[in-house]
Amino acid sequence: MASLKELRARIGSIKSTRKITSAMKMVAAAKLRRAQASAEAARPYAAAMRRMLGELAAATKGEEGAPRLLAGTGQDKVHLLIPITSDRGLCGGFNSNVHRLTLQTIKKLQAEGKTVKLLPVGRRALNFFNREHADLIVDKVIGFSGKDVPFSVASGLGDKVNALLEAGEIDVCTLVFNKFRNAMTQVPACQQLVPMVMDDAEAKADAASTTADDAAQYEFEPDEATLLAMLLPRNLQVQIYASLLETAAGENGARMTAMDNATRNAGRTIDSLSKVYNRTRQTNITNELIEIISGAQAV
Amino acid sequence: MPIQIEIISPEKVLVSREVDMVVMPGAEGDIAAMPERAPMMLLLRGGVVSLYENDAVTDRFFVGGGFADMTATRCTILADKAEPVSEISIDNATATLEALTEAWDKADKTDISRLDVLQDKILSVRAEIEAGSFAS
Repeated sequence: MASLKELRARIGSIKSTRKITSAMKMVAAAKLRRAQASAEAARPYAAAMRRMLGELAAATKGEEGAPRLLAGTGQDKVHLLIPITSDRGLCGGFNSNVHRLTLQTIKKLQAEGKTVKLLPVGRRALNFFNREHADLIVDKVIGFSGKDVPFSVASGLGDKVNALLEAGEIDVCTLVFNKFRNAMTQVPACQQLVPMVMDDAEAKADAASTTADDAAQYEFEPDEATLLAMLLPRNLQVQIYASLLETAAGENGARMTAMDNATRNAGRTIDSLSKVYNRTRQTNITNELIEIISGAQAV
Repeated sequence: MPIQIEIISPEKVLVSREVDMVVMPGAEGDIAAMPERAPMMLLLRGGVVSLYENDAVTDRFFVGGGFADMTATRCTILADKAEPVSEISIDNATATLEALTEAWDKADKTDISRLDVLQDKILSVRAEIEAGSFAS
């Protein structure tokens, strides 16, 4: 059995760990609220963008030479995967879920004979894939999470994807990130960016709202093709931005949950250690008393 | 009959209210959105969006390029960057302009698409400085 001194030291150290985890939980909760608010604020732009894009895509439908961002390169050989994680750990399975899903996807694509390229976003993803698939990494973006995500990160990333696509180095581009359900649950998911997939339900809802309030034919200035060519890269950035914001919110949600569990576990360990400590102390006192009494009786 | 104007930047909604007329900087010339206008989609250059109520300008916003979606009853402006003219920081804008001018000098003069992008950015920043100095 451990000595009293050892027990005291362990209880002390777990108590300070508990202080740290509970402080981290509070910080994560505060940041989560901010992250959720900014995700909320970014939604109208994305919605308006989708509506315009739907209108334009309908107007240019059937024309030759659709932009690559919309229709892809017509091939399906080189896949670019963009796993998005946080820069820091201590948030439960948040990052490793993305890693696992990305690994599975890589394996599946490679089994189909496709070439895979990686563009990790966030320091955790970069470190992980540097160990696992260093040869596949083409570029990286790190060092923004934890703060408010500026739009420039998303626009820079969008430009990189666009440049790779225009250079013909990739055919398909997919994001792998945690979709934010609520503070407790984040679900890792793949979202294809290029070629663009119009969500059927959303597209229908948008189309319904447009036909209702503007039945007339749209005019375009400059022409549809130019406008579409300008709008598509912007839409790519907006989608990436939305996923970055979800990641930021999810990271803090996951950290809050993980730290809450850690705080509770620390409390439980302290309880059981204190019990052992008290019992040991009492045994020691009893032993000493027995020694004194038997000593006195012997005299 | 008023028109519903929304100015939205990627980060947030700046304005959402009813006004009589909106004049915005289209890529090929300024355009006014008024009630009962035929629906139109428009590419914007960097410049100032003015909101009119009762024939007077009530608010002015700088947008750094973007798109506008006009219909008979509403006008949605998707701005790459947007701020009220009164909040423009001329110092920041001047610094950006200097950086861009330097990039222009260094840029490969045969790379037309890059030059085009840079030129648009420079024009947009110049418009921002102009709008800012006009306001102050």
